[in-house]
Amino acid sequence: MNAFELHQPKDLASAATLAGGGGDLRFLAGGQSILASMKLGLASPDAMIDLSLIPDMKAITVAGGVVKIGAMAKHADVAANADVKKAIPALADLAGGIGDRQVRNMGTIGGSLANSDPAACYPAAALGLGAMIHTNKRNIAADSFFLGLYETALDAGEIITAVSFPVPEKAAYVKFKNSASRFALVGVFVSKGAQGVRVAVTGAASCAFRATALETALANSWTAAACNAVKMSADNLNGDLHASAEYRAHLIPVIAGRAAAAAK
Amino acid sequence: MKADGIGARVTRKEDHRFLTGNGQYTDDIILPRQTYAAFVRSPHAHATINGINSAAAAAMPGVVAIFTGKDIEESKIGGLPCGWGITSKDGTPAIEPAHPILCIGKARYVGDHVAVVIAETAEQARAAADVMDVDYGILPAVVSTGTAAASKTAVHDQAPNNVCYTWGHGDEAGVKAAFEKAHHISTLDLINQRLAPNAMEPRAANAVYDRSSESYTLYVANQNPHVERLLMCAFVLGIPEHKMRVVAPDVGGGFGSKIFVYAEETVLVWASKRVNRPIKWTADRTEAFLSDAHGRDHVTKAQLAMDKDGKFLGFRVDTTAAMGAYLSTFSTAVPTILYGTLLAGQYTTPSIYVEVTAVFTNTAPVDAYRGAGRPEATYVVERMVEVAARDMKLDPAEIRRRNFIRTFPYATPVGLTYDVGDYDATLDSAIKMADVAGFAARRAASEARGMKRGLGYSSYIEACGLAPSNVAGALGARAGLFESGEVRVHPTGKVEVFTGSHSHGQGHETTFAQVVADKLGIPIEDVSISHGDTGKVLFGMGTYGSRSLAVGGSAIVKAVDKVIAKGKKIAAHLLEASDTDIEFVNGEFIVKGTDKKVPFASVSLTAYVPHNYPLDKLEPGLNENAFYDPTNFTYPAGTHICEVEVDPQTGKVEICAFTAVDDFGNIINPMIVEGQVHGGVAQGLGQALLEDCIYDPESGQLLTASYMDYAMPRADDFPNFKVGNNVTACTHNPLGVKGCGEAGAIGSPPAFINAVTDAIGVKHIDMPATPERVWRAMQSAAHA
Amino acid sequence: MSVNITMKVNGKSVTAAVEASTTLVEFIREHLRLTGTHVGCNTSQCGACTVHVNGRAVKSCNMLVAQAQGADVMTIEGLAAANGDMHPMQAAFKEHHGLQCGFCTPGMVMSACELKGKVTNPSDQEIRACLDGNICRCTGYQNIVTSVKAGLAAMS
Repeated sequence: MNAFELHQPKDLASAATLAGGGGDLRFLAGGQSILASMKLGLASPDAMIDLSLIPDMKAITVAGGVVKIGAMAKHADVAANADVKKAIPALADLAGGIGDRQVRNMGTIGGSLANSDPAACYPAAALGLGAMIHTNKRNIAADSFFLGLYETALDAGEIITAVSFPVPEKAAYVKFKNSASRFALVGVFVSKGAQGVRVAVTGAASCAFRATALETALANSWTAAACNAVKMSADNLNGDLHASAEYRAHLIPVIAGRAAAAAK
Repeated sequence: MKADGIGARVTRKEDHRFLTGNGQYTDDIILPRQTYAAFVRSPHAHATINGINSAAAAAMPGVVAIFTGKDIEESKIGGLPCGWGITSKDGTPAIEPAHPILCIGKARYVGDHVAVVIAETAEQARAAADVMDVDYGILPAVVSTGTAAASKTAVHDQAPNNVCYTWGHGDEAGVKAAFEKAHHISTLDLINQRLAPNAMEPRAANAVYDRSSESYTLYVANQNPHVERLLMCAFVLGIPEHKMRVVAPDVGGGFGSKIFVYAEETVLVWASKRVNRPIKWTADRTEAFLSDAHGRDHVTKAQLAMDKDGKFLGFRVDTTAAMGAYLSTFSTAVPTILYGTLLAGQYTTPSIYVEVTAVFTNTAPVDAYRGAGRPEATYVVERMVEVAARDMKLDPAEIRRRNFIRTFPYATPVGLTYDVGDYDATLDSAIKMADVAGFAARRAASEARGMKRGLGYSSYIEACGLAPSNVAGALGARAGLFESGEVRVHPTGKVEVFTGSHSHGQGHETTFAQVVADKLGIPIEDVSISHGDTGKVLFGMGTYGSRSLAVGGSAIVKAVDKVIAKGKKIAAHLLEASDTDIEFVNGEFIVKGTDKKVPFASVSLTAYVPHNYPLDKLEPGLNENAFYDPTNFTYPAGTHICEVEVDPQTGKVEICAFTAVDDFGNIINPMIVEGQVHGGVAQGLGQALLEDCIYDPESGQLLTASYMDYAMPRADDFPNFKVGNNVTACTHNPLGVKGCGEAGAIGSPPAFINAVTDAIGVKHIDMPATPERVWRAMQSAAHA
Repeated sequence: MSVNITMKVNGKSVTAAVEASTTLVEFIREHLRLTGTHVGCNTSQCGACTVHVNGRAVKSCNMLVAQAQGADVMTIEGLAAANGDMHPMQAAFKEHHGLQCGFCTPGMVMSACELKGKVTNPSDQEIRACLDGNICRCTGYQNIVTSVKAGLAAMS
């Protein structure tokens, strides 16, 4: 890994100031994606800003029908949090299935969302629950957050501070794993709540997206059969070594149906 | 049974150091004045090297030296040798292109070694390697095994159609005659895909030259340090063997990939004298994917002729096998000697003919990988038998029974003589253990849940304990295949054993110690096993082909027998009896029929303090060595049964149960044997379910060069395996043992694919049975 | 850029100045010369580098040493008693033949130890799921599962 300047600010304001400093800056949250990319030479920042010493970025609260998770909360902590398990069990399940056990002990929700890996799990939850992403500058609805491959609505230097998930009536996440990377080959998050029926898909395209045909189908009939009757187009889906676009298109309704059946 | 002797479940002597972090692997060694190497590897599958400008790299911090193919060319050293000469069916020898240790003029696969940069730290070496300026002229690449011989591009000028050899074996005319009188001929086309071995310890080496003794020491992650030394000294670098010591310390798994002499460690040895400092290199995982010798990679057509009762009459196999860009150490032997000779399987098929076309491609070299040729043979035979059973509407167990060999010794039509076996017994035992009787009910239960369930058999045989040197020599081997053992008894009766076998997970320090403790009637704590160092061990051919116990263990037994024989003479002197009246029982030398006896440790003390000793007839000391050259291969065999459930909506296959009943001959340590079976089965099932080493068919880029893309089996991919044994003792080695290291990887893939095809009702599906592949097979079947 | 690191490793205080880009595993293996922690892939998949940071199992190849500033780090060398007696998990791996070549073993053992208190009476399949961050090429995992089960029982 190439050499870089490491900053470890103790508060958000200092982090924001450092982030305005120019050059190729990268934030270090849990580091589970960025460090691997740096070792492979895919990223080579001049400086990194470690966010782990900033207080109040790790809190997990459930109040007023909203689960609010600090950006630096680790996957393992979300998965094990009794309040989250009770309020949105699907979210705790999802967090408990990210990467592997050691990765879940380091990886953070803020890091995952900011990275917008096409096969990451958290983006499906954010879209599938209609989450609000809070930054040091503003609030961004999940629906307008994921823009493309590793691309989000965040401005340069903008820091995610927390994510608010409205508690749904029911929800579930089912991941069909890539057998090599254990990322989602296709992952589908379904929910029904105040925002209606939402179906979000990860692993299948350049970034997580909502599958509106499936939302309509589930709104009409919350059954696996309703999902299975939907034909997804393979256009714009990923085709790679691990699965063709056609197969992913076939899997999405199947996995959505399983999520619908499992929702609670 | 002695509590720590032959047959006992003794926990391993080596475990404490591994479990407490005290193992010593090659990368753990840092020598005084250490430098580090990084290799500049070709980013292209096939390219001319028009020029290399090292100036920028040489100016980088910490750089000590840079060498390229030009330096190699100027020093006039040899290329990496191929250890096995194969003759084509037209009588011409295989084409063996030069394999320089750094590319000269051309790079022939992605990862080929173009240059080496040596620096003060590994980071500095890597950083400088990254700025090396190489002018490549990109050439079209030959990638696919099946079409290499028809390519307009040649990997090597001396093999214009990319064919290394076309080897024929068996009775072609006999097979033709059998096909003419057949009631039915079953056919099967299959691919045995390329695999990356993936020992968890990446390859590593550390070489140092000592000016005062004018000698080299190489620490290397290797399975056979003496073979490494012999080949590197005699064929490549021209170093006298007594001026080089090779140490293979703790080695983190091999699976074949650490048998071979590689360019990296050879470059390190060569360069260590030039820079006059120790040089270390440790592969990163992607380098391992790019440059470790891969396994398998066959494209095969098979045809089996049967009579009306499903008796096999004739079997023809045509295989194209990839060699990769260069011939790795034992590459040529794998798809021939270790493959063609196994095609009789457990069956009495009277006529067999196999033709193997070995082709060069612009890919990493292919060589032995756990099983080496025998998994490929077993896959062809056991898939073919399954297809035949379905064609003939026979139960797959029944068709096997109708064709089993039952009289021994049995000479197969492909050149081997099986000494012993009981194939019915292993099959019956496996059927019982796998509860085949209950399968119909389990299948019905799966169907009720909307799932498809299938069951598959594989009754494999392998030829292990490689093997008589003279036979191997007649078949083209350029090395012997014996093993050495030395038993050094210290004055106090403590015993140090030196073996040419190498342990990289197999537990030799325990198994061999059990054998010696048992034979000498001493506690296992009094025995230690040394291996892996040419400076300590007499000689050795190393560990591969499930040979360590059958060959290395036999050499130790021979040496122990010599110790006992000499001990008897010493005891006879002490007890004032005749040599012939002394027997050795439970660690004591006894005058037959009397209570006169002397313990082992007293005899050893006498040997080293020879005051009361027959010095006129006997040398002092108690140290014996032996070489053992087997008279035949050993033939482990067994039946594996796999049960799977397929999710028809996704194509995902779950392994519900796996049963392995094996005949390894006598067993020294059942715990270790079970562990070997578990690991082998997991590797075989990994091939069948998950693993695939994929090159881009046009560019020749390796697409699966990390664990993000190469699917390694993890714990949750498998259920617990059921393991059983049926013993027929090997007839020709002193322990009656056969070898167990590769059986799991050999037997399991066809059992799995037979189960998957049974579940989804298709004739064939290639490995790995990925969800999409299975789903597509089901779609095609539904529309057929 | 150099950063000053202070942490506890296996109970002993350690202070060093290292490049900011130094990973925890580089620090453990090269600076502290504790070579029991292994690097099998260096890209966070194989788990051979697993150590505990403040009691949690992490992949030391995939974090900067600076991220463990002030932390309590435990490596495989810190697990056994000072007199050499093995930790119950280590003993279980020996007893049940949960290792062969030994290369993945330190990471596997450290990963297994972290399960204490997180799972109760786990089934074999649950243990298999918990080993999702560790690759072993030798054992086929079966004896590792048995070892982890026995080790957890002995730890409780």
